Amino acid sequence: MKLEKNLKNILLIFFTTLILSACSTAKKTGDIDGDVYTGKETVEYLASGVPDRVFFATNKSSLTSASRATLRKQATFLRKNKNLNVTIEGHADERGTREYNLALGERRANAAKDYLMTYGISGKRISVISYGKEKPVNPKSSPIAWSQNRRSVTVKVN
Amino acid sequence: MKKFIATLILSIFLNNNLNALIEVDITRGNLDPLPIAVSPLHVDIKSEKIEGLEVRVLGEKISEIIEKNFKNTGLFNPLQKDAFVQKPDIAHLKPRFEDWRLIKAQALITGKILVKDNKLKVEFRLWDLTAAQEMIALAFTTTPSNWRRVAHIISDKIYERLTGEEGYFDTRIIYVAESGPKNQRVKKLAIMDQDGKNTKYLTLGNELVLTPRFNPTNQMVTYMSYFRNMPRVYLLDIETGTQEIVGNFPGMTFAPRFSPDGKKIIMSFAKDGNSDIYTMELDSRLVERITEHSSIDTSPSFSPDGKFIAFNSDRSGLQQIYVMRSDGSNVKRITFGKGIYGTPVWSPRGDLIAFTKMHKGKFFIGVMRTDGTGERLLTENYYQEAPSWSPNGRVLVFYRETKAGDKGKGFSAKLWSIDITGYNERKLPTKTDASDPSWSSLLSK
Repeated sequence: MKLEKNLKNILLIFFTTLILSACSTAKKTGDIDGDVYTGKETVEYLASGVPDRVFFATNKSSLTSASRATLRKQATFLRKNKNLNVTIEGHADERGTREYNLALGERRANAAKDYLMTYGISGKRISVISYGKEKPVNPKSSPIAWSQNRRSVTVKVN
Repeated sequence: MKKFIATLILSIFLNNNLNALIEVDITRGNLDPLPIAVSPLHVDIKSEKIEGLEVRVLGEKISEIIEKNFKNTGLFNPLQKDAFVQKPDIAHLKPRFEDWRLIKAQALITGKILVKDNKLKVEFRLWDLTAAQEMIALAFTTTPSNWRRVAHIISDKIYERLTGEEGYFDTRIIYVAESGPKNQRVKKLAIMDQDGKNTKYLTLGNELVLTPRFNPTNQMVTYMSYFRNMPRVYLLDIETGTQEIVGNFPGMTFAPRFSPDGKKIIMSFAKDGNSDIYTMELDSRLVERITEHSSIDTSPSFSPDGKFIAFNSDRSGLQQIYVMRSDGSNVKRITFGKGIYGTPVWSPRGDLIAFTKMHKGKFFIGVMRTDGTGERLLTENYYQEAPSWSPNGRVLVFYRETKAGDKGKGFSAKLWSIDITGYNERKLPTKTDASDPSWSSLLSK
């Protein structure tokens, strides 16, 4: 009896996993995973193999595993270039109110900054600025464009 | 502005007839606007010539502005002038009421102007044609260059007499004038009369400027600027053009507004990824922290009595509207509807809060009671936000953006207004694209 119930649960979990993974593949259209841009179209590079930006989900400032990987590359690059300072620009898409988006951009830029700091980069070398929705990289009104615009970009200062 | 008020000598002969019949109800959408005849103001033949001003047609021009103001309210239907049955000067003395009633007019405005010794002398009357009575007779003197404001002041007096509420015609709107491609927008502070005339630019467009708001006397503006790439709240004196940074914050300050007494600026300060609400007293420079929460708290707006503050916060997960006492205590969430809510702005009458709502990919402008009940959505569109109240609390101005195609093609930003009844939605004429409007109070009271 008990075993049967356990088996049932296991099967249930198995099926749920199947459904969930089906969902996530269904959502993965082109360069968007869920709501986060995963493509390379707008990306520039601080150095070879070091992307300058990470992308966020709508209204979110949490870092995806891909974003963390990018930021670790930036941290390695910054450790090698000890005299280099950077500004992290935080941006939002056009689908929010202007003032909230300014705050959201600031939160995104700080999320990237905090992660760099956990990899040993001094906060003194990193300044942040939020542009809210004022500086879209892609001016089109489409889900792909919005996902490219929800970003934080690390820019060399000197 | 002060000068104008000083030279404006208002002599009011209010004829308070208790049995006057016409009344315009502005609390509902008006599907049957009041037919009104605006006679051209008679220009006195003793008028002198003035350079740069066509005195001969000034009376006609003033009447046209009055007509336009009334038409734009949606509450009045100004009648065609070619049907008018009396010459302006004769009608002004005493209208033949029965003849005017034949063209279906219910109210008549007449007037007379005299330009002499570089002064513009104006008198006007409002007549109730059904009751065959004079409702207002008013006279004032100003400088001739103020002739457009004369038209707006007359409009305000008549609107007030007919609706029982203050008008909103002798007012200005400050906004952000936009130009250039969507990903390289140039933004300047601009100010214009409520009807879109007399546009002036207050900044050159060298740096990004956002969210200008008037102080209660309309002489100061607080706004956000990226001057030297430091996003901060600024204070601008419109008459002298002097600007100063507000406070000494080690990070971005934004979303500024004045307190109702004009003595404080309330705004957000962002630090280490967290935005909270602060006030700064302008005289003493005393800074006070109002909210202390790890969420984003922004878009603060005082109640007109200064006792409460409405703001939006994502402390519940997504953006919602909250109300608290002005010292930051007693925070209460007031929006629980479907969707997310932002940009609360307290009505000058104190009874309503206007807001932006986002739901299922659409943006709405709406109003609700100050406890969040009685939500009414006035307009739905692809993107619109940032409502600002007319001084009488009857009309909202906001901005609306269109969807953009490849490379930003087809993108535009314009100012729109709508009555809180949900009727009378209309685009405001601006010289350029425009956003972030703020409506002044009445310039002359």
